[in-house]
Amino acid sequence: MTAVAISTKDLTKAFKGFTAVDHISFDVNEGEIFGFLGPNGAGKSTTIRMLCTLGRPTEGSATVAGYDVVRQDNQVRENIGLVSEKMIMYNDLTARENLKLFGKLYDIPDDVLDKKVRKLLSFVRMDKWADERIKTFSTGMKQRINVIRALVNDPKILFLDEPTLGLDPKSTAEIRELVRRINIEQNTTIILTTHMMVEADMLCDRIGIIDHGRIVALDTPASLKRLVSGTDMSVFEFEIPNLTGDMMASMGALPSVSSVTQDDPTHIKVHLRGEDAFDVAIDCLRKGGAKIRTARNLEPTLEDVFLQITGRHVKDDDIALGRRKHRFGGGGGGGGPRHGPGGGGGAARGR
Amino acid sequence: MVVRSTLRHSYWIMWKDLLEFSRSRMRLAMLVLMPLLMMGMVGFIYPTSDTITDQPIAVADLDAGVGNVSMGRVFTAQLEGINAATHMMVLSNASGMKDIKSDIQEGKIAGGIVIPANFTQSILRGEQGGLEVYTDTSNPQTSGMIQSVLSRTIDAMGIMLANQTLNQTYHIDSNRTVAIMKPYSVKFGGIVPGKPNYFQFVAPGIMSMTVMMSLMTGLPHAISYEKDIGTLDGMLVAPINRLSIILGKVMAQTVRGMVQGFIILGLAMSLFGVVIYGSALLVIFLILLIVFSFVGLGILITSFTENEETAGMVMMTLMFPMMFMSGVFFPVNQMPGFMQTVAHALPLTYASQAMRKVMLLGAGVPAITTEIIILVVFGVVMLAIAVPLFKRAMTR
Repeated sequence: MTAVAISTKDLTKAFKGFTAVDHISFDVNEGEIFGFLGPNGAGKSTTIRMLCTLGRPTEGSATVAGYDVVRQDNQVRENIGLVSEKMIMYNDLTARENLKLFGKLYDIPDDVLDKKVRKLLSFVRMDKWADERIKTFSTGMKQRINVIRALVNDPKILFLDEPTLGLDPKSTAEIRELVRRINIEQNTTIILTTHMMVEADMLCDRIGIIDHGRIVALDTPASLKRLVSGTDMSVFEFEIPNLTGDMMASMGALPSVSSVTQDDPTHIKVHLRGEDAFDVAIDCLRKGGAKIRTARNLEPTLEDVFLQITGRHVKDDDIALGRRKHRFGGGGGGGGPRHGPGGGGGAARGR
Repeated sequence: MVVRSTLRHSYWIMWKDLLEFSRSRMRLAMLVLMPLLMMGMVGFIYPTSDTITDQPIAVADLDAGVGNVSMGRVFTAQLEGINAATHMMVLSNASGMKDIKSDIQEGKIAGGIVIPANFTQSILRGEQGGLEVYTDTSNPQTSGMIQSVLSRTIDAMGIMLANQTLNQTYHIDSNRTVAIMKPYSVKFGGIVPGKPNYFQFVAPGIMSMTVMMSLMTGLPHAISYEKDIGTLDGMLVAPINRLSIILGKVMAQTVRGMVQGFIILGLAMSLFGVVIYGSALLVIFLILLIVFSFVGLGILITSFTENEETAGMVMMTLMFPMMFMSGVFFPVNQMPGFMQTVAHALPLTYASQAMRKVMLLGAGVPAITTEIIILVVFGVVMLAIAVPLFKRAMTR
């Protein structure tokens, strides 16, 4: 069965002076996990908000669970659950009270709701904490409650906007596992946005890469990666014990090198283009006095796909976001994509 | 059906709001503390003639006298005699008008009395003895109070002197002298028993204001706060009427406003001796009417404000003129003409006026029909403007 859960046609959202979502059209099939991948400010959240009836499209149309998001907004609402970037929970209320409130907004009768709340709490192993106030919870526990809160109405479609943002690695893994279980055990269609390549790769059946409000690629993770391996682009990792900034700079200046990134003090990752690119790179490093210990040809990642398609790293946009907001339309800051390990998390974040 | 489900959903939103509120000890404490401070503050801040004591007053006796007769000395002695009983003043001597002026400027004294050189001469010649009184006009309230106290004292002293003169010079029976000098006598009283005080006056106004405030500040604050922390999306994404969100908030705020209103009333009655002469049911009805009247304005501000901070600033701008110009603290008919015009344009004026009429004068519905109509019309007009705007603002 390949019924369509969501379908958009030329969906557009324009704010004063700039277009956040620019005529996007795509379908999401029932039962799949569909990922929206893109840098912060690319238009992921705005798209989600329109599909959840929280934002009115300026142009185009969308149906969710077969209902029009503008004309049949209440029917859409009955069929969806939302886990947004900000947690939808009241800190002074207990986990149970929070779930009860939202259940009541969906007119679920008391006896059914009680049972459902208990089931959901044990689903995420939070039974013990049911009557504790949310504010006493760790971020990971909060997010688990936040996710099941979106499930009180048994939604056909669950929207998750950056569900692992700001979580520690253990909680991140838990939430990802939870998302997968919801998809399999409850057969819920899931739309997920993320700026993390790994997350999209791990979870999603299909991925739409969104950039500057446009979907620039849409396919399964495997096919997307084939986009890269099918071209003359290759990714190499060099281990250089005596690595210097000068070596990286001269590498970056080569026409056949599209980016150089440093992962730790002795490892660099280089994106190369062209038949003889590897030779050119080796020559350049040798000339700079580098002692190359190892060189590895890496499997392409979604990160590479994004680079291949947009010419930029995902993280570059995170950092340049503040500037880009004022300078609409003009391409992102291409520059020399080089930054230290762990540089630029999600510091600047749009809605 | 739609109405019932809207009410049901708003009930649950109210339940949530009140539950949240009751969990915060700080907020509960403020619920009681705010009206207590408010009452105490406005009740005691204004000077009354009872509170004028030990005011430093200088007397400059420049009276030259006639022979060994000095009416100035007689006056001073009389003044000291009266003051010994009332303790309104602390008297000191000054050398002249200049002294008094500089002492007032330095803040050493609150006022001064100058007895002129020809004081005795004038009185003996059968003329009036002129006195000059100077007060510290930089403090209008105290200044006014001292002026009236001094003029009452001096009047009383004048009568004593006149009584003596009539009795001794014209041999008029002292029982009749007062009737000759003051042929009219007056007794003051209100239409309800008891002595009115300032608490009586402010309590109804503060009650109306608190109810209005909890709606006008509470509502936009509550909504924009939920918008900021993101929980509003949770309600908006549920299949509920957008109005039930605001209605739930209104109900929660009303309960809080009512509780606070009754706390004020309780405090006013138990601690400050305020008495309600009208019907308690009518008071409750008026509180609900005020809620209805200001809900629209609250929703209107909510729809216009983007975030919590803006909401706060808009509130402040609107609240202060309302607080001070609508007769909550000062009676409207004591204001200058143009201010009265402004006051009559503010709906809170009618709210506090009606509340006062019912609570202080024991008025019934017929006496406050005008106020009721104005409040209802204001509420309806505001709601008619605000509701569509709110619905639009919720789906951006």
